Amino acid sequence: MALPRLLTLPLIGRNPVTVQILGICSSLAVTTSLETAATMAVSLTVVLVLSSLIISLIRRHLPNSIRLIVQIVIVASLVIVIDQILQAYLFAISQRLSVFVGLITTNCLVLGRTEGFARSNPPGPAMLDALGNGLGYSLILVAVGAVRELFGQGTLMGLTVLPTVDQGGWFTPLSLMLLAPSAFFLLGFVVWGLRSLYPEQQEAPETEPPSVAEART
Amino acid sequence: MSGYADIFLKAMFVENMPLAFFLGLCTFLALSKRPGTAVGLGIAMIGVMGITVPLSQIIYTAVLAPGAWAWAGLPEVDLSYLSLLCFIGLIAAAVQMLEMLLERFAPAIHAAFGVFLPLLTVQCAILAASLFMVERRYTLPESFVFGIGSGAGFALAVVMLSAVRARLAYADLPGGLRGLGVTFMLAGMMSLGFSAFGQMVAP
Repeated sequence: MALPRLLTLPLIGRNPVTVQILGICSSLAVTTSLETAATMAVSLTVVLVLSSLIISLIRRHLPNSIRLIVQIVIVASLVIVIDQILQAYLFAISQRLSVFVGLITTNCLVLGRTEGFARSNPPGPAMLDALGNGLGYSLILVAVGAVRELFGQGTLMGLTVLPTVDQGGWFTPLSLMLLAPSAFFLLGFVVWGLRSLYPEQQEAPETEPPSVAEART
Repeated sequence: MSGYADIFLKAMFVENMPLAFFLGLCTFLALSKRPGTAVGLGIAMIGVMGITVPLSQIIYTAVLAPGAWAWAGLPEVDLSYLSLLCFIGLIAAAVQMLEMLLERFAPAIHAAFGVFLPLLTVQCAILAASLFMVERRYTLPESFVFGIGSGAGFALAVVMLSAVRARLAYADLPGGLRGLGVTFMLAGMMSLGFSAFGQMVAP
């Protein structure tokens, strides 16, 4: 596989959120505004690239039996560094992200890529793959965050785009966009749209319906 | 007593982990295809959260919290930045121990859990429960009730979602919506329903 392909494939074709189903937890919770979504996306990409680099460098010295715990410790240490940096320089945003920066540790995307790719590849491709996946994740996050902030508050990055009725404009904010369910619906529509454009991503129908006895348990 | 009941109901319904906070969604979506596996996962979640959240609370107040080392003449030591690392280690250890104990004393239950038990190590809902416990300064009994309540909320949501998905196996969905897409829509509608609980326990 050519190197640039490692970078571009995870953007749409093998997007971590919509195709690999990795890292969904955090991608929904932080998308109420574009600013928090972008901060989260940058933090996750940095953690992902650095942890891929480190794990790829030590891959020949890593015993198989304890690799998971070593990977988690490396990721958790990087996350602590990011968390401290955010608290020092971007305190307001770090308060709004609350526990979700810490939860990058258990983000399945990070562990999935280090376990699935960085562990068996040299540092160069491992970093490219991590960067590509980070960007694919960021793409979804920023798109959902932008839609939710634009229609929920009429702003983008805190700047007024659609003047709301409260401020004498014409736009009535959709408060549903600020609540949890809208993130599920939006991501569902994103998945639907992408899979209609790229039919090869569609899942096979479940041919075997569950048995009656199982449904009763 | 009503304080504990409040915490339990709030954790189970109002602040439902997957539906209100989007936590533990990976397992929530992946393991809700069949009701049988969903029930097993739900019970495992209640057990693990009921154990790890109080244990994290003990470790946090005894070792990590600011001023915890005052008895040793080190009142200014603040190790709370290490809490993430400690909680992850604790969860991994607790899951491992639960698995060994079940395998030794209750092999039937262990066989029912199958692969889900080790998977719970990287479950964001469990880690988040510990982090929320720190943020809200729960005491030991409160954190126990909170852990059980959060686990019960997760179990309720995943069993309900799996029941709906089992019915959908007969539905004729558009290709792009099949599988992940429709599951997101279902979770969204359930989340809409659960947000109604917010009015019930409001202070």
